[in-house]
Amino acid sequence: MARDDVKTGYKLIGTRPNRPDGLDKVTGRARYGADFALPGMLHAAVVRSPHAHARIVKIDASKALALDGVKAVVTRADLPTGLTGEDLNLQDNTLAGEKALYDGHAVAAVAATSQLLAQDAARLIEVTYEVLPHVTDVDAAMAPGAPVIREGVADYSVPEGMNGNVARHMEFGHGDVEAGFAAADIVREQTYKTEATHQGYIEPHACVAQMGEDGRGEMWVCTQGHWYIRRMCASVLGIEAANLRVTPSEIGGGFGGKTTIFMEPLPLALSKKAGGRPVKLVMSRSEVLRATGPTASASMDVKIGMKKDGTITAGQVFFRMQGGAFPGMSPIGEALPCAFACYDIPALKHEAVEVIANRPKAAAYRAPGSPMAAFAVESLVDEMCRELKLDPIAVRLKNGARNGSKSSYGPVYNVIGLAETLEAAKAHPNYAIPLGKNQGRGVASGFWFNHGGETSVSLAVGEDGTATVMIGTPDIGGSRASIGLMVAETLGIPYEDVRVNVVETGALGVNEPTHGSRATFASGKAAVEAARAAIKEMCKRAAAEWEIDAEAVEWKDGAAHPAGPNAGKFPPMTIGEIGSKMGGSGGPISGHHEVTAEGVGASFGTHVVDVEVDPETGRTTVLRYLVVQDAGTAIHPAYVEGQYQGGAAQGIGWALNEEYVYGTDGRLQNPIFLDYRIPVASDLPMIDTVIVEVPNPGHPYGVRGVGETGITPPLPAVASAIAGATGVRIRSLPCSPPKVLAAIKAKG
Amino acid sequence: MAKVHLWASLRRFAEGQEVVEVEAATVGQLLDALERAHPGLGPAIKAGLSVAVDGEVIANNRAAPVAPGSEVFLLQRLKGG
Repeated sequence: MARDDVKTGYKLIGTRPNRPDGLDKVTGRARYGADFALPGMLHAAVVRSPHAHARIVKIDASKALALDGVKAVVTRADLPTGLTGEDLNLQDNTLAGEKALYDGHAVAAVAATSQLLAQDAARLIEVTYEVLPHVTDVDAAMAPGAPVIREGVADYSVPEGMNGNVARHMEFGHGDVEAGFAAADIVREQTYKTEATHQGYIEPHACVAQMGEDGRGEMWVCTQGHWYIRRMCASVLGIEAANLRVTPSEIGGGFGGKTTIFMEPLPLALSKKAGGRPVKLVMSRSEVLRATGPTASASMDVKIGMKKDGTITAGQVFFRMQGGAFPGMSPIGEALPCAFACYDIPALKHEAVEVIANRPKAAAYRAPGSPMAAFAVESLVDEMCRELKLDPIAVRLKNGARNGSKSSYGPVYNVIGLAETLEAAKAHPNYAIPLGKNQGRGVASGFWFNHGGETSVSLAVGEDGTATVMIGTPDIGGSRASIGLMVAETLGIPYEDVRVNVVETGALGVNEPTHGSRATFASGKAAVEAARAAIKEMCKRAAAEWEIDAEAVEWKDGAAHPAGPNAGKFPPMTIGEIGSKMGGSGGPISGHHEVTAEGVGASFGTHVVDVEVDPETGRTTVLRYLVVQDAGTAIHPAYVEGQYQGGAAQGIGWALNEEYVYGTDGRLQNPIFLDYRIPVASDLPMIDTVIVEVPNPGHPYGVRGVGETGITPPLPAVASAIAGATGVRIRSLPCSPPKVLAAIKAKG
Repeated sequence: MAKVHLWASLRRFAEGQEVVEVEAATVGQLLDALERAHPGLGPAIKAGLSVAVDGEVIANNRAAPVAPGSEVFLLQRLKGG
């Protein structure tokens, strides 16, 4: 639904100008990580463990180093010692130490004068392994007798007596759950499982890096957060952050997977060993799937009590999640608060454990933890609605969180739009379309907290009255356009007169990555404040010219005006006039804003999906799909719709086909897109969207982040639609054709 | 005194209390006072916590104000994609 006709009082916000990066991207002019090249550049390749768990007995690089054109080899012995905590985990993941901990774990890296030569040299590096017992499944890793893959991973939170692979424990809740279950008419309990999935960004990780003997370096890299890259690389390599300058490239997708490092320290280390020659490292798709960070796999118990009228009296969850071989990576801290976040329930108990297993170090993936939690809770809610023959939207409206509700994880919701999304879904034509044979409809709601975070923005007024905005959050979903619109609205100038650039680490204060759906919210909020600071200075310059008090000048429509008749009669002084004279009126005019942005608005959405299941093959076809989500204020509605559609597409893939498949040998069986099946355009219908707007009072234009919630409801919504179409409930994702067919046959 | 709600796994570090009272004018003072009163909470605080003060989530701002009588929830530091 377009909102261009909604009267907001804004001139630009809510319009749909062309995307500023569009022409560059469609003409191939946009520069991604792999597009960078420097004179004298070397190419790198990485030696990776073929074992899920193995002690590294010996690494012999002599044959590789003997090849003409091979300039450097690095192993763990080349990295500094003495790191602790997450810095040590990052270093352990960059290059294995005593043990390789998963299939694909980097063991050594080599730099040579060509890519082919580097790959040949990598094959000549001889690694002697002592293979150790492994475990890759989350439940198996917790079972008695499971191999403990790393000693001492448990943090302060783990009670004594838990399995040695348990790294974290979390528990919270409120109310009397036993009394709540006793008050219910039906109490149901089920176990649900989700497999690890990958973000599936189209652009593999890539960077060019250079570092001299003096430890000063530079990097060009595709990333969601170049200050994080700088800090993490500096920690792993033992250099000072200020000595590393990091410039982000255009980015071909991240979805959370590019908020951390995987291979980035390697070209820096190789460059230093190769006399400071720049080194390029581009991961293959197989390397991306084997050795970057997918999300966690999960095994989840849910128990819910419900009255016959749909009132939910109590809920309880116990989640087990593995985030790879490194502690702290599974999203239990996010999944638990998200589990019942859409509901206002008097009694809840949440408990979770994080388990380590011989898999790659998990990374964030769009609303980390929330999709799994939603699959468990929203699936059981749907099962109970079907059992009691209740409308799933009516039940969610009856129990849904509203303004002033105490959230399931403690805080009180301020202004939220869940009920509005449910009402809009109920009123949408899709919800009334009759279903045919073998067709089913699924409904689910989803939640994400959203995030503010450390943010630094600068704005410079040009001599011609244009404005350049410097932000530190890479644009992964349209934030340059949205921030440009907000700045233009604030300054009162055309959108085309504002250019927003993502700048390098030397140009701004520290910025957190583009994560947590924060870029348009936090960088946007800071950019508005920077524009206001520039307006204040421009009013001061006009006042000086007019010889009146600065307080007697106001800013509107891109110009300084006398604030009233008492201020004097002066023609408006435009931003162009002020800019053209700024050299002689006090110097350049700019605005800055640095803040740890607070005031985020929680995000809710509701999805409705219709599917048809072929009873002969178990194949599910998505007939129609509706996303309804609260955007607060949709600054650039086309980008908001794009986020809704992208989130839904990824969630549908997770629900239907995507999964990490490990063999009994602990090796990943499907490390290519041919076998790791993400949805393509021909798999999906046009995804319908409705933008609900309940403005966030914590942002000058009412923005809520919109990037993440959209991936949450598809998992349970699709599984529930399949249940409606077939009469069988799939409680272990993905709902792949063989699994659905087997369930249909088992039902008989 | 602000009332600080501890999630269940933290309560064993505060003599089993679900809610502890702390004198503080800012989030930073509150976390420091909590650790002084209950040293067992130190690792959790050092690992990074977010808080919610009277319903508003403060992800990472030690200067954020806390009023006498504020209801404060400790939350795991949130990450996003």
